[in-house]
Amino acid sequence: MISDTLTADPMTSSSRTGDSRKPFLQVKDLHVHFPTDDGLVRAVDGLDFTLERGQTVGIVGESGSGKSVASLAILGLHRRSKAKMSGQILLEGEDLLTVSNERIRALRGNQMAMVFQDPLSALHPYYTIGNQIVEAYRIHHDVSKQVAKKRAIEMLERVGIPNPNRRVDQYPHEFSGGMRQRAMIAMALVNDPKLLIADEPTTALDVTVQAQILALMKDLQKEFGSAIILITHDLGVVADVADDIIVMYAGKCVEKGSVDEVFYSPQHPYTWGLLASMPRLDKVRTDRLDPIPGNPPSLINLPSGCAFNPRCAHRHEVEGDRCRTEVPELIETTQGQSARCHIDAARREEIYAQMSGQKP
Amino acid sequence: MLYYIIRRSIAAALMLAVISVVTFFMFYAGPTDPARLTCGKNCTPVSIEANRKALGLDKPVPAQYAAFVKGLVVARDYPDDPVFQKQNPDKVTHCPAPCLGYSVLETKLVTDIVKERLPVTVSITMGAFVLWIVLGVGFGIVAALRRGGIADRGLVSIALVLYSFPAFFIALLMYNYLSTKWGLLPPPAYVPLLESPVQWAQGLFLPWLSLASLYAASYIRLTRAYMLETMGEDYLRTARAKGLNERTVVMKHTLRAALTPIVTIAGLDLGGLLAGAAITETVFNFQGFGRAVVNSVQVFDLPVIVALVLVAAFFIVLANLVVDVLYGVIDPRVRLV
Repeated sequence: MISDTLTADPMTSSSRTGDSRKPFLQVKDLHVHFPTDDGLVRAVDGLDFTLERGQTVGIVGESGSGKSVASLAILGLHRRSKAKMSGQILLEGEDLLTVSNERIRALRGNQMAMVFQDPLSALHPYYTIGNQIVEAYRIHHDVSKQVAKKRAIEMLERVGIPNPNRRVDQYPHEFSGGMRQRAMIAMALVNDPKLLIADEPTTALDVTVQAQILALMKDLQKEFGSAIILITHDLGVVADVADDIIVMYAGKCVEKGSVDEVFYSPQHPYTWGLLASMPRLDKVRTDRLDPIPGNPPSLINLPSGCAFNPRCAHRHEVEGDRCRTEVPELIETTQGQSARCHIDAARREEIYAQMSGQKP
Repeated sequence: MLYYIIRRSIAAALMLAVISVVTFFMFYAGPTDPARLTCGKNCTPVSIEANRKALGLDKPVPAQYAAFVKGLVVARDYPDDPVFQKQNPDKVTHCPAPCLGYSVLETKLVTDIVKERLPVTVSITMGAFVLWIVLGVGFGIVAALRRGGIADRGLVSIALVLYSFPAFFIALLMYNYLSTKWGLLPPPAYVPLLESPVQWAQGLFLPWLSLASLYAASYIRLTRAYMLETMGEDYLRTARAKGLNERTVVMKHTLRAALTPIVTIAGLDLGGLLAGAAITETVFNFQGFGRAVVNSVQVFDLPVIVALVLVAAFFIVLANLVVDVLYGVIDPRVRLV
């Protein structure tokens, strides 16, 4: 229904139309586990997705759902001695989990770059902005400092920093929050990376600046044709920028699909909860927001069966005790959209129609 | 920046002036009669009074302080009394600026005492400083990088042991074993640097080592702590995400941030030591400031005490000033109102 009309959109359909060639980024059955004194932390427990250039995938979830851990795994920023990783991360066919440290270091910052959450703590306080961008450029380009500095000024100008000639010699603490994040983006993009991972890039910023930064990222994506992984707990941000959404819960993907599919016909009770707890301007403000009851589970002691079952309001819809005994598979419901839930797909549509009917 | 330095310098000078006033009045307000101390066992009230007059100790204390300051800035002659000077021109000692006073007990200018002692103290301090910075910071970095490993545990334990013993104990232990019993190091003795650099270093090595091991112990722990704190910072993850190799991440990004607070502590420790390391000097029998302070206090040699306290204060205030200015240079966030 809705999804049929939406797949006609070229941006969202490109990832699904027949793939004879290899996808740009393919994450297959990624597991990241940390052995600790208290037990094994299953931070990411089986994650699959693909991403093409020019596309944006949003990874959404609460704190501790494994979104940041997954992105750091792609960049190879986990210590191999401390994190146990399995599965595959194929960047243009090259498995990043098995390549040498040297190789992934050459890719890092060059082919794939990252924008971090809090630009004040993510920028080195003792080096000028220009210095830090120049350093990022010169790791991967054999050029003189002057050339690199010119490039840094160019990038600062591109991300909309006024007076880049002067600002390039200033320190992070002399920048405002939004300007700092722009500088961070300039630093990430200085080597024209094909993949940009943005880990909550707007969380530390105020709302008007958020919108500017998101618009900037969209512009830059068009210009550079990079693929973006956008990690956030803010559904509003994803709706604005992403093509596809992955909803993560307790280290697993519980639902994925295009933005419109996930927003207009969400399949998983957790996604329902997320949407219900989000303030929306396009709906009448009738009631209080509905938070999801309970807390995210401990990643050491996951609930048996479906990890969401202790917080799920619709557990009774499933025959017997399957929610507590059997881990649901990620099952494709409509073309491209899939969810990890025991409730019958047709029944889920009914429930959600009822829920959104109650609260127009 | 220049304005900042000037302002800090003025503040430092004022601080020294205040210290000089306080020490001067404190010591002359002490329970001893300075004039009584000027003659030995065969003192008669008459000779005491004569000395008091000759030394200018009969004048009110503010006037004496004024004479003291005049000596510091211009010059003065000893004894102070103009009548005495006229009668015994051959017994007058001229004391050029900066005149720190005249020690009747040692019958020489305090300035000369300071001049004698300064090279000894500076030699001990600077050598030990270099040694402890290299050892302390070096091992501290190693301990942080090998956190939880054998090297880390070993270094931290050794540091704790060294840190726990009193200075004289370590100094005596080293003296006794390294030099006297095993003959690994030459016996400590002060030879001026300009006379023979090799003998200078040889003779000073033991005091350097014992002083440095004491300070290095705390610097290992400090450096390790600051390193570990820095290693958890987000900007190091950013540095790695750029594709920097681990060496640059540690040597450039981590050290820069971790060592900044060490500069402050090192500067103040250095200033404090220049004021005299009495215990180490005593154990190894070096005639530095520390010994001079102890000696002069024991015999109530008031002019020497006042002068040495001033010199010590000077070094500490200077160290503070240098650290403040240096901090403005190395930490851009401190610049500067």
